[in-house]
Amino acid sequence: MFTITAFAILVALGIALARAFAGPTVFDRILAVNSVGTKTVLLIAVLGFLTDRPEFLDIAIVYALINFIGVVAVLKYVKYGDVAHPGEDGSAG
Amino acid sequence: MIIALIDIALLTFMGATAIAILRLRSLFAVVMLSGIYSLLAASMFVTLDAVDVAFTEAAVGAGISTVLMIAVLALTGERERTPSHTPLVPLIVVGLTGAALIYATFDMPAFGDANAPANLHVAPRYLNDSFGEVGLPNVVTSVLASYRGYDTLGEVTVIFTAAVAVMLLLGGRKGDDAGIKNEPEADAEANEGADADSDPKSGGGGTA
Repeated sequence: MFTITAFAILVALGIALARAFAGPTVFDRILAVNSVGTKTVLLIAVLGFLTDRPEFLDIAIVYALINFIGVVAVLKYVKYGDVAHPGEDGSAG
Repeated sequence: MIIALIDIALLTFMGATAIAILRLRSLFAVVMLSGIYSLLAASMFVTLDAVDVAFTEAAVGAGISTVLMIAVLALTGERERTPSHTPLVPLIVVGLTGAALIYATFDMPAFGDANAPANLHVAPRYLNDSFGEVGLPNVVTSVLASYRGYDTLGEVTVIFTAAVAVMLLLGGRKGDDAGIKNEPEADAEANEGADADSDPKSGGGGTA
């Protein structure tokens, strides 16, 4: 059961990687990175159950947070050309 | 068995990502792919049961490094120039170094060998007695926080010194880093009052 899931996740990981290699736009690549991050979270969760150590689940959750922060920074760069940009209203700067 | 197959698949993906990083000329795509490479390496570490290392790899490699590299891209360009020299000589040097390193691994004990020198010195004592002596369920934590407490204190001192030095370097440039200033209002007004007759762009920070 978990074996089949792990294989399905690996196949999805491969497809997301192919999109990251091919591009062509920046948004394809950002989405591919986000997707690979999600697959990593899922893979770690499944690995925890495969090896009978479900406490890995906590680590998978922290990976999801890291993935989120990274994508927000990248999207800010793409939109404003600057990672430290205050945002639309400029209230933070 | 299944773990070995997952390892092989992850290593193949990592190799493919590394080759794609070498061949791409768009630096934005390279930064994205190196983030993917870090995530794959972190999964690899999890399958090797080194969850703490995997955690560091994901936080530093995929998280902070990607953000820092993107910040660097914001200051520089996004395209890499095609190299003018042939890669033959560096390729030979790297190939020879890699062959020497692989040759050196033949002398190493097998992975997880219980009779390896590293596993015979203090490791048995840590594994057998650390719970009774320190009382923590995690052996790595009791080694870092108790047996090697002074060593860890020294490391923390080094990191603290580095952080203070970086903050001093960054604090020297007032004004144009919107995310770094800590007292924007009072500071900016004081600057504007003092530099009223100088260039208006130098004092009025925070408008970036």
